[in-house]
Amino acid sequence: MSNQIFGKGPGDKPETSETMKAFSKPNTKGIDSILDEIDSVLEKNAEEFVKGFIQKGGQ
Amino acid sequence: MTIRRILGIETEYGVTCVVDGQRRLSPDEVARYLFRRVVAWGRSSNVFLPNGGRLYLDVGSHPEYATAECDSLSDLIAQDQAGDRIIEDLVIEAETRLNNEGTLGQIHIFKNNTDSVGNSYGCHENYSIQRKNDFESIVQHLVPFLITRQIFTGAGKWTRTSKEGFFQISQRAEHMWESISSATTRSRPIINTRDEPHADPELYRRLHVIVGDSNMSQCTTALKVVITELVLQVLENPSNNIDIQIDNPIRAIRDISTDLDFKRLIKLTNGKEFTALQIQKEYFSAVAKLPDLSEILKKPLYSYAFDLWKRSIESFEKMDFTTVELELDWIIKKNYIEQYKRKHNVSDLDSKLELLDISYHNIRRDRGIFYILENSGLVKSLIKEQEIAWAQNNPPATTRAALRGKFIKEAQEKKRDFTVDWVHLKINDQNQKTVVCQDPFLSVDKRVDDLIASL
Repeated sequence: MSNQIFGKGPGDKPETSETMKAFSKPNTKGIDSILDEIDSVLEKNAEEFVKGFIQKGGQ
Repeated sequence: MTIRRILGIETEYGVTCVVDGQRRLSPDEVARYLFRRVVAWGRSSNVFLPNGGRLYLDVGSHPEYATAECDSLSDLIAQDQAGDRIIEDLVIEAETRLNNEGTLGQIHIFKNNTDSVGNSYGCHENYSIQRKNDFESIVQHLVPFLITRQIFTGAGKWTRTSKEGFFQISQRAEHMWESISSATTRSRPIINTRDEPHADPELYRRLHVIVGDSNMSQCTTALKVVITELVLQVLENPSNNIDIQIDNPIRAIRDISTDLDFKRLIKLTNGKEFTALQIQKEYFSAVAKLPDLSEILKKPLYSYAFDLWKRSIESFEKMDFTTVELELDWIIKKNYIEQYKRKHNVSDLDSKLELLDISYHNIRRDRGIFYILENSGLVKSLIKEQEIAWAQNNPPATTRAALRGKFIKEAQEKKRDFTVDWVHLKINDQNQKTVVCQDPFLSVDKRVDDLIASL
């Protein structure tokens, strides 16, 4: 099997971020539409989901 | 002269598979599905990757990804993010396969540290330290820094008991039981002292910090690692004059996590009382006095992270978080949870709030709240998407990881059977040719070139 299962193909090494400071995408949406977007990815049955989210302890 | 240091991050992920919110598969079963492709590739559920990192199933069926050895912050962040992407790919593929096999369900993977019933899994940082240093003294003086660091680097947690719901700063605080020990799961310490240098033991030790939260924000990750490294730099000089010891560390770590006013006084062993913020300021002043600070801050992203530390201290003093609200995980999280609560009038006891917390950490970019905020300009980043994609398949160029990555790629291409760990590269044939790489800073090695040529 190809090594590419862990990546997107070889290509060239991208330049390291030259600005070396934090950047963000433009904030164009209102908070209401962002909250709606959040709502759309949430599991619908919060109670059940939270109750069932049980892991074994790790390190 | 500034010291070169090896940095690494290990992350354990939480897993679940649900249909309409109901659990469909156990974490064990999900993990097996996820790792089927890994096993097909590397004939094991514990593999080293072409990018030099390690991917495996850890204690409790947690997928775990350890970054390769990095000696630069941009490499570390790229390698850390690459781990999320590699696991995201596995999730998408596993979910498709699951559904094709007739089991409907959504697989969710969370880069967080707690489940709903009080189990915890970690995000560990590794820093190389020269063996000649006084490890015991360094560790002792580092603990108060680590206990208070959470006010800036915590990932935030919505916590619900039967009577109340509240927001706290750190995911891990409630799950720490000791300051320093060699245990991990039974009685979890802040610093694990197990002596596994993965390098020449006469020269190196590896400081293994296990108290940290898993950070989604690249900025918070950078802050966490850089300020810890800078404080180490101070403590490695025996003439440093930091003398803070917390009277009851484990009580302090919990108290600080739930004190969102930052006024709570922490009792020190010398009888004085400081707030967490004051303790951080003591360490900050010591770092600011490092004679070679300006030299260190020339390293990419270091001046950014140092400035973020400074801005954080100032904004916490004023209790005005607007200057850091796109960069610190717990503030990012607290803001949207509060806005959501207000908009939908959600009660503190509603499990929706826990769901809103957990979903911040979903590493699928089409499902995770963090990525919605990132796309909406509500969180800042430090490295570009192309750098992350590159790091999925390519090791850092300036450390031993470069040798490991190259060997793995070549051996896989030539379909040779091989065994690799942090130090060894071995071809599994009659000759069992092995190269031992004891120097984590060495990225060019003729012995490895010869080994690869013999494949």
